[in-house]
Amino acid sequence: MNLSRRRFITRSTILSATALAAPVVFRQSAFASDKPILLGSLLDLSGGLAASGVPMKYALELAVSEINDAGGLLGRPVKIVGYDTQSNIQLYSQYAQQLALKDRVDVVHGGITSASREAIRPTFDRYRVLYFYNVLYEGGVCDRNTFCTGTTPAQTVQKLVPYAMDHAKGKTAYIIAADYNYGQITAKWMTKYVQDNGGKVLETDFFPLDVTNFGSAISKIQAAKPDLLLSALVGGNHTAFYRQWESAGMKGQIPIASTTFGLVNEPETLAPAVSNDIVGAYGYFQELDTPASKKFVAAIKKAHPDSPYISEMASATYEGVHLWAEGVKKAGAIDRIKVIEALESGISFEGPSGTVTLNQATHHTTRNAYLAKVEDKKWDVLQTYKDVEPSDTASVCNLVKNPKDNKQYVIKL
Amino acid sequence: MDIYLILGLNVLNGVASLFLLCVGLAIIFGMMKIVNLAHGEFIMLGAYATVVATNAGVNIWISMLVISPLFVGLVGLVIERFLIRYLYGRLVDSMLATWGLSLLITGIVTTIFGNTIKGVQTPLGGFQVGGYSSSYYNLFIFAMALVVIAIVLVVMRYTRLGLIARATMQNPGMSAALGINPDRVYMLTFAAGAALTGLAGGLIAPVSGITPGMGAAYVAKAFITVVGGGTAILSGSLAASSLFGSIDQIGSYLTTPVYGQVIVFTTAIILIRLLPQGISGRFFKGQL
Repeated sequence: MNLSRRRFITRSTILSATALAAPVVFRQSAFASDKPILLGSLLDLSGGLAASGVPMKYALELAVSEINDAGGLLGRPVKIVGYDTQSNIQLYSQYAQQLALKDRVDVVHGGITSASREAIRPTFDRYRVLYFYNVLYEGGVCDRNTFCTGTTPAQTVQKLVPYAMDHAKGKTAYIIAADYNYGQITAKWMTKYVQDNGGKVLETDFFPLDVTNFGSAISKIQAAKPDLLLSALVGGNHTAFYRQWESAGMKGQIPIASTTFGLVNEPETLAPAVSNDIVGAYGYFQELDTPASKKFVAAIKKAHPDSPYISEMASATYEGVHLWAEGVKKAGAIDRIKVIEALESGISFEGPSGTVTLNQATHHTTRNAYLAKVEDKKWDVLQTYKDVEPSDTASVCNLVKNPKDNKQYVIKL
Repeated sequence: MDIYLILGLNVLNGVASLFLLCVGLAIIFGMMKIVNLAHGEFIMLGAYATVVATNAGVNIWISMLVISPLFVGLVGLVIERFLIRYLYGRLVDSMLATWGLSLLITGIVTTIFGNTIKGVQTPLGGFQVGGYSSSYYNLFIFAMALVVIAIVLVVMRYTRLGLIARATMQNPGMSAALGINPDRVYMLTFAAGAALTGLAGGLIAPVSGITPGMGAAYVAKAFITVVGGGTAILSGSLAASSLFGSIDQIGSYLTTPVYGQVIVFTTAIILIRLLPQGISGRFFKGQL
C-alpha cells in the first residue's frame, strides 16, 4: 500500500474520529455509572497449586457475574483484575503491589496457602486495600483490614478428632504434617484436640513438601502403633504417602483422618483401596446434597464442564465475594472504612455451604461444618454441624477492643 | 529385631530407588558431559506413560517395563536430534537449554492432562515381618535395580556396542578415524539414558503422586547423587546412591524427615569438598 502524507492524515483523522465517537455509539447503559468497581484477584492458576486455584477462579467469576446481572454495586459494574501467581510466593508480593498501587483496586480476594497470605497481607495493610482470604487455614489472623471466610481448626479439626477417636480402637494418635506454617500450626491444634478428648499424641512428624519416599515414616508409625493417624500432608508429592501406606498393607489397620486430604481431587484419582474410609471435615463438600449446593455446582460445571473438584476453597471464595458485596450495599459506598464497618455489623449470606455470618470481633465467619468419609472415590457426608463459631481465633482476637491489633496468633500448648 | 529387618528393607528400597532415578542422568552426564536439567521431566514423562497406558487397559507390568522406557527413549531421541546435538562440549549452554526444555515439557503435559494428581494402583501386596509390614513392591524395585546394573554392566563391558560407546566418549576424533560415526553414538547413548530414566519414572509411578511438576522433587536428588558419584557411571552412581539412600532413610528414621534431608545435604557438601571429583574420581578410577 502506498501511503502518501495527505492520505495518512485523512485516514488517521477518520480513525480517531471513529474511536472518539465509539463510546457514544456503543454505550450500553445497564449501569447508572460506567466506572467499574475493581475487584483484585490473586490465585495460582498454573504450577503445583493450580488444581486448587482454578475452581476458586471459577467461583469468583460466578459470584461477580451474579452481582453484575443483579445490577452491580452502587449502580456500578464490578470488574475483576486478576493475576496468575503461578504457585510462586515472589509473584504474590509483586502482584499485590501492582494491585494496590497501579490498578488501585477496591478489594482483593485471593491467596491460597498460608505462606502466600502472609506474603501479601502486610502489603494490603500498608496501602489500605481491603483484603479477603477465602481458604480454610490454621486460624489466628487478627487484622482489621483482613477478612478470613474459610474454616479454622475450631470449626473442623475440633469435630474431626473426636469423631475419628470415637471410631478408632484406642486413644493414641500419631500426627504427620507438611513442614510449613499451615502444617506446623495445624499439628498443634490436632494435639490440643486429641488431649482435650483424653487422648495422647505419640509423635508428630513434619515433611518438607518435596519428600516422596515415606518408607521410614511408615516404619516409624508402625513402631509407635498408634490407634489413629492424623494427616495434614499437602501437595502432589505427599499423596505418595497414601499409596505407600496402602502398598505396605497398612490400609485398614490404622484409621486415617485428615485436614487436607480431598481438597483437590485425591478421592477421584486414588484407587478406592487407597482412599476408602479416610475421614475429613471441611466447611463444604461438592457432594453436599442441599439445593443451594447443587445449584452452585451446576452453575460452575455449566460454565466449566471439566472443572477440578469444587471444595471449600471454591465455595468460600464465592461466599466471600458475596459477603463483600453485601457489605458494600449496606455501606452505600466503596470507601474502605465504611465497607469494613458495614461488614462488621453482622452481615450474612446464604451460600452453597449454608448461612455464613461475619463476626465483628474476629473478622472470621460463623458457618456450617461437615464431616465426611471417602467411599468409592467420593465423599460421603456423614455429619452436619450448624453455625460453628471460629472459637480458636475468638479466644485470642478481639478487634472490637483492639482495632489496631495486627498479627497472627499461634496456639501455645 | 524386626525393626532392624524392616529398616534394612527401607534402606535397600531407598538406595535402589535413588540408583534407578539417577542412572540415566549418570549416563548422559558421565559420558557426554551434558547437564540435563530436564531429567526430572523425563521421570515425569515415564510416570505419565505408565499411568496413561495402564488406564487405557494395558497390563501395568508392560506399561512400566516396556512402554515407559520406549516412550521416553523416543522422546530423548527426538530431543537429541533437535536440541542436544548442538550443545556437546558447551556445558553452560546445555544447562540453559535443558532448563528451558524442562519448562516446555511441564507446560505441554499440564496442557494435555491438567494440573491434577494422577496415579495407578500399586501392584503386589504387603507382607508382615513381626509387628511390621512392608510391600513386595519395595523388593521388586530392588530387583529392578539389580537388573539395570546387570544390563549396563554387560552392555558396556562385554558388547561391541559398549566398546564403541566408551571409545567414542574417550576420544571422538580417533573413533571417527577408525570409521565410527560419533554423531550416531551420541544420539543412541542419549536415547539410552533417557530410556533408563523413563523406566525409573514408570517404576515409581505406583508409589508417587503424579503431577506435571513432580520432576522438581527428583532432579536435585539425582544431581547430587551423580555429582557425588563422579564420572564412573556404574560404580560412581551405585556408591553415591548407597551412601545418600541409606543416610536419608536411617537419618529420617532416627530423627525427623526434615533433619533427614538436612543430613543428606550436609553429607553431600562435605563429600564434594573432600572429593571434588566424586567418589569414583578417587576410589574407582578408570572403572565403569
